[in-house]
Amino acid sequence: MPIHDQSYRRYRGNRARPGAAWAVIAWAGIRSLLARRLVLALLAFAWMPFLVRAVQIYLSVNFGEIALLAPTAETFRDFLEQQNFFVFVVTIYIGAPLIADDRRANALALYLSKPLGRAEYVAGKLAILFAFLLFVTWLPAMSLLGVQMAFSGSAEFVARNLFLIPAITLLSGLKVLLASLTILALSSLSTSSRYVGMLYAGVIIFSDAMFQALRGATGGSTAAWVSVIANLSQVGDVIFRLPARYDTPWLLSALVTLGLLGLSIVVLERRVRAVEVIT
Amino acid sequence: MSTPSAVARLDRVTVSYGTNAALCEVDAVFESGAVGLLGPNGAGKSTMLKALLGLVVPDRGQMRVLDLDVAREPLKIRARLGYMPETDSHIPGMNAVSFVAYCGQLAGLPSTDAMRRAHEVLHYVGLGEARYRNLETYSTGMKQRIKLAQALVHDPDLLFLDEPTNGMDPAGRDHMLALIRDLAERKSVNLILSSHLLPDVEQACDHVVVMDRGTVVANGPIAELKGPSGRLYELRVKGDPETFLRALREAGMECPDSEDDTLRVFVPEPLGPRDLFQLAERQGVQVRHLKPSLSTLEDVFARAVGEE
Repeated sequence: MPIHDQSYRRYRGNRARPGAAWAVIAWAGIRSLLARRLVLALLAFAWMPFLVRAVQIYLSVNFGEIALLAPTAETFRDFLEQQNFFVFVVTIYIGAPLIADDRRANALALYLSKPLGRAEYVAGKLAILFAFLLFVTWLPAMSLLGVQMAFSGSAEFVARNLFLIPAITLLSGLKVLLASLTILALSSLSTSSRYVGMLYAGVIIFSDAMFQALRGATGGSTAAWVSVIANLSQVGDVIFRLPARYDTPWLLSALVTLGLLGLSIVVLERRVRAVEVIT
Repeated sequence: MSTPSAVARLDRVTVSYGTNAALCEVDAVFESGAVGLLGPNGAGKSTMLKALLGLVVPDRGQMRVLDLDVAREPLKIRARLGYMPETDSHIPGMNAVSFVAYCGQLAGLPSTDAMRRAHEVLHYVGLGEARYRNLETYSTGMKQRIKLAQALVHDPDLLFLDEPTNGMDPAGRDHMLALIRDLAERKSVNLILSSHLLPDVEQACDHVVVMDRGTVVANGPIAELKGPSGRLYELRVKGDPETFLRALREAGMECPDSEDDTLRVFVPEPLGPRDLFQLAERQGVQVRHLKPSLSTLEDVFARAVGEE
């Protein structure tokens, strides 16, 4: 005789109101990725530059004769630029399959038949990538500020450069948003994550190669706006109150970056649908 | 205004994909209980279900599901709906219990409840032993059952089942239809079963909506639609059946087939059963059994779509 009725029973418990499903998607995605050793190794490796910078700060604080190593606003901007490599790798490895795999498995119809809209689905997927990318950009950069305070035993540097907190947040946010939306848009175009990864790498590398070629041909850097990376660097300089490094107006770089964000949103709006209509 | 027993209603709904109209001015009412949505491939059945889910926006017309407006409150509707898509669908990299629990959470269940319900529904659909296996290793029949499980996990008031027996072997198909029947009859789950297979609908449903080329061609209780024709009779006689059959044919009646000792006789208007008896008496044949023959759902379908 069965001790538990294994038949179908009606559910009488609580239900969440629509609007929280993005958190379910995000949490499930983060949890499944954290279960992979390769992801953990990648994340650990992405913190190596932080350790190097922490040693640099320690030396500058404790040995006055190497004041050359003393941190400035530029140190934090350079640190965020160093992290570009890890942003690139994490974006491809984690971001490429996010929508492509769902499209391959026809999961979009399942997701969107639940009480969640397309924007919520994208927000959930975006949150997964956001979490990992902020972990390799914003978190170590802010931690460096904390390390500086801890090693020097005073908040003088931070108080003198208080703008660094919003600057780090803004530049990290911009990098992460651009990388996340671009890879998600590309991911929504294909059912192959490998192809999506190659496409993303192509966009980043080809745009920068084109800029370098134009730079060599013209002898100036007015064509920096064609490069995704150069645009971010240019905008980053302004955010960190440093002189812009290229001849392109920073506003143009900002507009191109915003344009890329807008294009990604348009692609997502058109591609993330439960029903694919081919006319 | 929906009648209380109607779980879904479409009023003059038109859905087009580009220049192709998938649904044309469709009016339909789905009563509570098990309703079959029957039609050949390309009739617009899946489009209708997707429109009712709010996944496809109609060009014209209004739809209500569970007394809620589909255009205004699609999320509230989907919270009370379970959808089993026609295509092979899953979320990659998950085992069955994680997948079903995840679907429960997406539908608003707390994580512990979702996990408990996932185990329950997996047992219910017959996947209890395979619930820790990765979905990618499942057979076609198992994939159909896991799709039913994810549609059931949040205990919907209305289920949309799009071709639930596709690709299943006869035993699996019977099991799936038995589950569907059980859900409708014993668990009080309203459901719409979309299929191009007449026996599936006939076995699992009480009502049927018949579609063809984007329009509804018949709609109502299966028993009523099949109805006693009043003109086709089954009869058994004592005496010489050959002579009697000849006499029937001479009188303008048709005898399409006979099975063992049972004759099926089509009696054209204005003739009736009285004429059968009179003819039998004249031929010296005794009528031992006479009853109006019921048409099958296949007859209803053929009549509705205008097939011979």
